Amino acid sequence: MRGKRIGVFVCHCGLNIAGSVDVVKVIEQISNYPGVTHAEHYIYMCSDPGQEIVRKAIREKNLDGVVMSNCSPSLHEHTFRNLVTSEGLNPYHCEIANIREQCSWPHLADKETATKKAVAITKTVIEKVRRNLALTPMVVPLTKKVLIIGAGIAGMQAAMDIADGGYEVVLVEKTPTIGGHATQLSRTFPTLENITDLVVPVMEKVAAHPNIRLHVYSEVEEISGYVGNFQVSLRQKTSFVDREKCNYCGLCLGSCPVTVPAEFERGLFSRGAIYLPFLQAVPPRPVIDRQSCLHLNGGCCRACQDVCPVQAIDFQQSDTIVEEKVGAIIVATGYELYPGDGTDEYASDADVIDGLQFERLLASSSSTNGEINRPSDGKVPRQVVFIQCVGSRDPEHGVAYCSRVCCMSTAKQAMLYKKAVPDGQAYVFYMDIRSDAKGYEEFVQRVMDEEKVLYLRGKVSRVFRDGEYLKVWGVDTLAGKDVEISADLVVLATAIVPNPGAKDLARKLNIISDSYGFITEAHIKLRPMETLTAGIYLAGVAQWPRDLPDTISSASGAASKILSLFSRKELLHAPTVAVVDAEVCNGCGQCVAVCAYKAIELDARSKVALVNEAVCEGCGACAVTCPSKAVQHKNWTPGQLFEIINVAIDEYV
Amino acid sequence: MAEVGQFEPVIVGFFCNWCTAAAADLAGTSRMQYPPNIRPIRVMCSGSVDPVYVLRALLGGADGVIIGGCPPGDCHYVSGNYKARRRMAILKTILATVGLEEERVWVRWISAAEGARFSRTMNELTQAIKKLGPNPMKKDWSI
Repeated sequence: MRGKRIGVFVCHCGLNIAGSVDVVKVIEQISNYPGVTHAEHYIYMCSDPGQEIVRKAIREKNLDGVVMSNCSPSLHEHTFRNLVTSEGLNPYHCEIANIREQCSWPHLADKETATKKAVAITKTVIEKVRRNLALTPMVVPLTKKVLIIGAGIAGMQAAMDIADGGYEVVLVEKTPTIGGHATQLSRTFPTLENITDLVVPVMEKVAAHPNIRLHVYSEVEEISGYVGNFQVSLRQKTSFVDREKCNYCGLCLGSCPVTVPAEFERGLFSRGAIYLPFLQAVPPRPVIDRQSCLHLNGGCCRACQDVCPVQAIDFQQSDTIVEEKVGAIIVATGYELYPGDGTDEYASDADVIDGLQFERLLASSSSTNGEINRPSDGKVPRQVVFIQCVGSRDPEHGVAYCSRVCCMSTAKQAMLYKKAVPDGQAYVFYMDIRSDAKGYEEFVQRVMDEEKVLYLRGKVSRVFRDGEYLKVWGVDTLAGKDVEISADLVVLATAIVPNPGAKDLARKLNIISDSYGFITEAHIKLRPMETLTAGIYLAGVAQWPRDLPDTISSASGAASKILSLFSRKELLHAPTVAVVDAEVCNGCGQCVAVCAYKAIELDARSKVALVNEAVCEGCGACAVTCPSKAVQHKNWTPGQLFEIINVAIDEYV
Repeated sequence: MAEVGQFEPVIVGFFCNWCTAAAADLAGTSRMQYPPNIRPIRVMCSGSVDPVYVLRALLGGADGVIIGGCPPGDCHYVSGNYKARRRMAILKTILATVGLEEERVWVRWISAAEGARFSRTMNELTQAIKKLGPNPMKKDWSI
């Protein structure tokens, strides 16, 4: 085989590289290296004149290999691969030698050794390019349908954006209704709109949209495949109510003799074993909770079945599995409140409630009709203490991060309380007020100045029952005084934590979640809506605590990412995959076992390993495993690596 | 600048594309300084590093080798780092039989967000290899 004619182009990057690497010396050392036909340096290779230098050299010296010694491949690999492609070379005949991030910048003080290292790095990449094969990306089909996991406000917004764009959406929700936590809230900040008025129309629109298929009371069972071609199985949990027959009359709801705490009301009120989460639930079809139903636990009660006029109650029903094929996925699994006791100091008492419970007390849709009654005895509370940062910003007892929404939701709750009980007094214990969005700071000022809510900067050390009252011991650090308040009601702004199921789901999807369980984005600044797994996107609080407008922005962002993905006819898959030499393969099957993507199988007849190139992600694990070296990782072969290692360890002086 | 006569080790680093190579980029971008003895080789996954590559480097005279991958549970390719961990554990058991200290081979999980850990690891590794002294293979080959 004729050796390649390789051109090496060394960038100064102003002084970023040239400041600690002697680029002229690099050129001197490289120009006599075997295979190097041309070597040149320039102040900015990525600039137009810099790129023209590369083009000219390719044309005049008839180059068929290009090594760019400059910044990280993550920045300009695509720039220079596009460039060589436009000059008629295969993109895989161009590689980047990273002499900036991994050489000039970390070795600012020692130009001589940094220069030697830059030469060595460049030589390793010359060796790679020398044996790189010309490869063409594979074309893979693109299923233009989306799976959205979680039908809270984030999932619903993303579903509508994509469905309005003309693509099908499969919207999966774990609970019996769509809507998410937003449906539990009373009013928005800073405009105090009734959230039910905002969210319920969205829910109805989603349910009626011809491009959206709802799967409520369902969970993702299994996912395989890759961008453009995911295979999903969903487990539709049995609700014991026939979805075809039920006509939503609601007669069954009143018939059930069981009472258990209602999840939607956060335990403040109760529901039956057959229940609708709330009045405007979508779909408005009741479900039977198998844990509390008397009949399903060996009893003889058939109250709901007896009363149902259409025989929709079916105790024999079982879970069903639904298969779907989709091209992209959005994870919008939302949040829960910090469980248990980041709250040890705050007595467990019926009148110590969390923010969502207070929202339920406030919500006009709840059974109290807008009047605020405390849970223990129904009395209208005259003194209410709000405590912020319960569990948040507290790595010892809770989580280290700020939950972001509680400053504003507490201010809103205090204002709504004052509107409901004008002669009552509200106190807010806070660490800092974080009110950093449109209209937020002004809103907090109104709560302080107009509603006369007393803000006390400090923490609460104890809350305990003292007869009719709850005693709150805290400190006002600005006044330097201890504070004792006899309260009727204490409201905790409990930390937001990711949905407890998110970690498991992340594992199924092969995406990363952080130590809390929030899903990790591809890049925290530049790619906040994508995960590192192609085709899987993020929306809402699954990624990080967000309020409504931020959640909606992130959901629309994820949707627009998918719409741009779907604007293509088909997808390209990197061709640096595994390849099997059928002459050498002895069919031992070790590569099949080691593949994390099930991309290799043994051909039943010939007993030779076959690689499904569209599924292969190109990790290279099989090539290492193969005892006879029949499997090779394209453009990462042992031959290449051996030469790379040889030059890497060559003459360090 | 290396003083004349002072031992300056050659260390080969196999860094996975998604975590440790990105951490090296971050260390550079943050201008964190570490010794220039490392020869970084970008690979797609720590699980694509054949133990033979490590042997090749050591037999060729490298004074140290480091394999850098994604932290456990966070491998971009699901489980490549676990494969690397097992392979290197086995490799280490045979290094002694060819007269090499197993401390010359390091396996570290450094995520893309951990530029500081990358630079700290490079400092520690270079110090440790300096303490161990030159690769005995070099002496043997020169006989």
